[in-house]
Amino acid sequence: MKVLILGIAGGIARKLATRLLDAGHEVLGLDVRPWSSAPQGIEFHRVDVRKRAAEDVFRRRRPDAVVHMATVTALSMRSGERGRINLDGTKAVVDHCRDYGVKQLLFVGRHTFYGAAPDSPLYHTEDEPPRALEKVPELADLVAADLYAATALWRLPKLTTAVLRVVYTLGAPGTGTLASFLRGRRVPMVLGYDPLFHVMQEEDVVTALQLALEKRPRGIFNVAGPPPMPFSVIIRETGRTPVPLPGPLLARLLGRFGFPRLSEGALAHIKYPIVVDNRPFREATGFQYAFDEGRILRTFRESASLPGAEL
Amino acid sequence: MAREDSIAERVDRLELPFNEFGVDPYGISKKHLTLAASVLAAFYRHYFRVKCFGIEHVPPRGRAMIVGNHSGGYAVDGAMLVTSLLLEMEPPRLGQGMAEKFINRFPVASLWTSRTGQFTGLPEHARRLLEDDRLLMVFPEGARGTAKLYRERYSLVDFGTGFIRLALQTRTPIVPVGILGGGTAVPTIANLYRLGRLLGVPYIPITPYLLPLPLPAPVELHYGEPLTFSGTGDEDDEVISGYVEQVKARIAGIIEQGRARRSGRQGS
Repeated sequence: MKVLILGIAGGIARKLATRLLDAGHEVLGLDVRPWSSAPQGIEFHRVDVRKRAAEDVFRRRRPDAVVHMATVTALSMRSGERGRINLDGTKAVVDHCRDYGVKQLLFVGRHTFYGAAPDSPLYHTEDEPPRALEKVPELADLVAADLYAATALWRLPKLTTAVLRVVYTLGAPGTGTLASFLRGRRVPMVLGYDPLFHVMQEEDVVTALQLALEKRPRGIFNVAGPPPMPFSVIIRETGRTPVPLPGPLLARLLGRFGFPRLSEGALAHIKYPIVVDNRPFREATGFQYAFDEGRILRTFRESASLPGAEL
Repeated sequence: MAREDSIAERVDRLELPFNEFGVDPYGISKKHLTLAASVLAAFYRHYFRVKCFGIEHVPPRGRAMIVGNHSGGYAVDGAMLVTSLLLEMEPPRLGQGMAEKFINRFPVASLWTSRTGQFTGLPEHARRLLEDDRLLMVFPEGARGTAKLYRERYSLVDFGTGFIRLALQTRTPIVPVGILGGGTAVPTIANLYRLGRLLGVPYIPITPYLLPLPLPAPVELHYGEPLTFSGTGDEDDEVISGYVEQVKARIAGIIEQGRARRSGRQGS
């Protein structure tokens, strides 16, 4: 199968590209970021998904399947441009899939879609609406992109679309939201709260994406590995020190004194859990995780060195 | 000390899928359970001197719904119910309550209810826990139940009907329980609803000594034989109300028997 990966220079996308290549698929990808060490056999185009040059790749190369991972979070991009990348980018991808005979589209979204709210169910199922958006306005464009991608399910019945809502990932070395949260040796918590975090190993995410490509499920699916863990356990078992602080104080300290820089909205995500039910995905693809809770945390601890850990 | 040990041991013997960090898939933590149960057990044994009858009616495994009456300002009765399941059952079981929504908004309360399996009372939570063969505790009177004043302590207010539909849909047996003493422990003479709303809670209970601290009143728990209803959960309201009334009547009967037994004992 000829697979086009959008956002191929990202951490998980690179691993997916390599894995698919090893499995005998033809792999091409595009990204605005460079990937100089791209392995032989992976065709890499350095272009923006929204630009004409990206459409040319669709037209000339006619991929069978497209994996859309070219979306960005608030951690890496300011609001205006982020919204354009996430929404105009996703529209361009769906349009090109329609126009150039793509058979399968995987939209790789995030489980933060559901939002962290005190009165929502602990385990989220795919039929739920996004909640508590007003608390985290910087998530709105990702939520909209997820919902927009899902319109392909009824607008383009010939295209096999799967919208995947993937939990936080940790890997060696870690990339992504949670990894950046755990970068420092002291990790802030909101005093009196210790939400569950749903975490998955990067290798398992790659396995899940590969299975989604090969089993071709249609619909919206939560993707998760082992059961969630309390934030405090994740912090301690990765060798960090939890620093519980009252919410209002913590909001002022972020970005200073060695605390990670986080939006105020992200504070909601360290008060209330976002946990997903992944049964439909497991039933549709047979996915099973290889990394359990302990192994995920140990792997991250061993690979992600602490600043000043020698002291 | 021996008692503390035995509580840790009992928590250890809970048949829940704890991982290597002592946490189950819902975030229920052995460490937090042990601490909370140690405090509650002291109240259970020495403060409220709880007498527990009919614990053999609670199934040792598999899904079940314990349905009881509320009284007395806040859920002293619920706390003692959970404690009885842990201390008196063999093997011990964890009763999982359906908490009022406001609790999860408060720091500390949010953490401790989450780590001890006392989740917000959402239908999604109830269904998932039952399908997972957990032991659910339901007080169909809700906050209106704890809002009963001292003089109303043995009465029952309207029961919600959601629990019966859920029991039918998930084929869950209902274990009725009558609880005596909650209303004596927290003898409410008035509830301040407006002040409560300002603080983000349904109401603030006021006692003759003002503060809603519990008195060392003896508490009795009477578990009754399980009731099983057959149906799909799609029945008309009248049918469901009939089942609800049966459960309510059963609990009212248990409370009456318990009171009669108690006054007979005091009289003799």
